[in-house]
Amino acid sequence: MATNEQIQKQLAGQEYEAGFVTDIESETLPPGLNEDTIRHISSIKGEPDWMLDWRLAAYRHWLTMEEPTWAAVDYTPTDYQSISYYSAPKSKGDGPGSLDEVDPKLLETYEKLGIPLREQEFLAGVTNIAVDAVFDSVSVATTFKSKLTEAGVIFCPISEAIREHPELVKKYLGTVVPQQDNFFAALNCAVFTDGSFVYIPKGVRCPMELSTYFRINALNTGQFERTLIIADEGAYVSYLEGCTAPMRDENQLHAAVVELVLLDDAEIKYATVQNWYPGDENGVGGIYNFVTKRAECRGARSKVSWTQVETGSAITWKYPSCILKGDDSVGKFYSVAVTTHCQQADTGTKMIHLGKNTKSTIISKGISAGRAQQSYRGLVRMAKTAENARNYTQCDSLLLGDACAAHTFPYVEVKNSTASLEHEATTSKIGEDQLFYCQQRGLSEEDAVNMIVNGFCKDVFDVLPMEFAVEANRLIEISLEGSVG
Amino acid sequence: MLVIKDLHVSVVGKEILKGLNLTILAGEVHAIMGPNGAGKSTLANVIAGRGGYEITSGSVTYKNKDLLAMLPEERAWAGVFLAFQYPVEIPGVNNTYLLKAGVNAKRKQQDLDALDAIDFMKIVKEKAKLVELDPSFLSRSVNEGFSGGEKKRNEIFQMAVLEPSLALLDETDSGLDIDALRVVAKGVNKLRGEDRAIMMVTHYQRLLDYIEPDFVHVLANGKILKTGDKSLALELEERGYDWVKAEALGSEKSV
Ligand SMILES: Nc1ncnc2c1ncn2[C@@H]1O[C@H](COP(=O)(O)OP(=O)(O)OP(=O)(O)O)[C@@H](O)[C@H]1O
Ligand SMILES: [Mg+2]
Repeated sequence: MATNEQIQKQLAGQEYEAGFVTDIESETLPPGLNEDTIRHISSIKGEPDWMLDWRLAAYRHWLTMEEPTWAAVDYTPTDYQSISYYSAPKSKGDGPGSLDEVDPKLLETYEKLGIPLREQEFLAGVTNIAVDAVFDSVSVATTFKSKLTEAGVIFCPISEAIREHPELVKKYLGTVVPQQDNFFAALNCAVFTDGSFVYIPKGVRCPMELSTYFRINALNTGQFERTLIIADEGAYVSYLEGCTAPMRDENQLHAAVVELVLLDDAEIKYATVQNWYPGDENGVGGIYNFVTKRAECRGARSKVSWTQVETGSAITWKYPSCILKGDDSVGKFYSVAVTTHCQQADTGTKMIHLGKNTKSTIISKGISAGRAQQSYRGLVRMAKTAENARNYTQCDSLLLGDACAAHTFPYVEVKNSTASLEHEATTSKIGEDQLFYCQQRGLSEEDAVNMIVNGFCKDVFDVLPMEFAVEANRLIEISLEGSVG
Repeated sequence: MLVIKDLHVSVVGKEILKGLNLTILAGEVHAIMGPNGAGKSTLANVIAGRGGYEITSGSVTYKNKDLLAMLPEERAWAGVFLAFQYPVEIPGVNNTYLLKAGVNAKRKQQDLDALDAIDFMKIVKEKAKLVELDPSFLSRSVNEGFSGGEKKRNEIFQMAVLEPSLALLDETDSGLDIDALRVVAKGVNKLRGEDRAIMMVTHYQRLLDYIEPDFVHVLANGKILKTGDKSLALELEERGYDWVKAEALGSEKSV
């Protein structure tokens, strides 16, 4: 029968499927960080001077900042001088050319991960997703470019956008997450290497899902990607982000910044399936995932949703946020976070209501097993100007076993008396009686755990795009997989 | 079908079953009655394989297999079904989906192909009709927000779909209105057959008017103290359990 011990044992058998290393020759900067490192990155990328100046300003500010310690996570601080800030597969220059130029080993890597980069494979299937693949510090391939160009959509590596669309980048970069926002964001501004850039013009509904797939491969390399998505008036886009890394004993740093800008009547759906290597069952290795994600609903009636399924990383520090500036704008946050073994996650969201009649919804589902620690940290701020603003928050935690823990830190600031807030929170243990009920109906213990966990996550899975819902389901099953004790 | 010999079971150090013997043959229906806390649910749970019980001695044999050595799901695959006294709610898990997973897990053990959604829905609709379960319950989360009576009806519905060889009904009649009782009885009677057996725990003689038992047992003091036919239930209804205990005590003393 399922005792907690057995559940522990079952979880201890967790497997990380994306843990392989691609043996590819890379061009990697020696470890260390100073102004020359930044100049070097900027020059490899062929950046204009304004970009370099922007980076250097961020770097100088970063030097004056201290790494935050308020999150409920405990880790050995990163030695910023011991990591390399740039690594690229050698066989190609910066920025993707045609797929024929892409090293077959890379294509293989993405295929192994289930991300076919060859367009005909997509066309043959039912899915229709344009993919930008970022391998360590550079984008290696972007698919379906021509079809998107026809629609007027720009979807390219951000390094390319800096060269080709400087007016757009200049106008929007750093306007949602300012350079000085926080320690990791400032570092990212200084050293970001690649990421995706999306611009959806006025009134355009992006004809396909866009997706970026991030892969950390090289040893001792930080990944600092930067994503900027702009939905102009009345535009719509659904964007998916996926991440994996090989299994390594060393901790690796991933400090990304994602900025979303929404003008009047625009809508962005941003979904993440984050499966960075979480470290082994003793907490050795794994990715430090320190990410700043923020959307600004600048225009009236704009709508943004962050949906995330997080199963990876040793340490997660992440609060996708919405600034609801435009009147009647809507922000949503749906999250499933799974932590097992020694993983620690401090995650949540911020909903900043500035405009009138702004609405936000927060649904957070945390699942902890093993010795994992998980915190939900959420801020809902209703400014004086936020007449009739509303928020609904629901935070549920599910504990598998006795050694893990879930914490909830909801912060609320209300400056307008017409605002309304609702908050619900539950913490439950996966019940032995629920497991037994399922087993009595013929499910193995493992299948029973999966079914109960998936049921718990249902509210979030329901809003994921189909392809991702299936993937998310599978990922969580793998995370919680093992031999029944 | 089921042979229980000298079964001793403790819960958190307290002995609940103290040498229980019971034999149920294929085709038979046995009613188990007895005072609250006597161990009726304990018996049903131990047969189904629920954790938390310490089996200190004795044996339970089912179709010539040592049932106690099997996992709960293995017992389910072998045809043991428990209709719970308190069915648990499982938020977000679709009622039909759970049942389908159960049916197909069992079929896999029997080297049968999994039923596809269409075939399965056919069976489900037919059985839902049999126990007059509103189809809306099929798509709801398992027992979530079901009324007490609806939960019991859902148990019988699941039983009808899984078609067990040995059905253990733990107070399935409690909390049912008259019409529901009739419907549940219909479901159970439909299952009756030469190669199936039913053990039903109940407090009320009334159920036995609908489902005629071959035997009625009194479980008290950790044992089957008395066994009779349907008329025993009537007598219990009139006289309570004390006389059975006293009688048992007397016969023990006279030995
Ligand atoms: N987990 C447990 N912890 C402590 N005592 C328990 C536990 N489970 C059962 N018991 C005790 O075992 C005894 C038998 O319980 P059981 O549920 O089998 O009784 P029952 O005959 O089904 O009663 P009822 O007619 O009220 O359903 C009771 O005294 C009960 O309190
Ligand atoms: Mg009982």
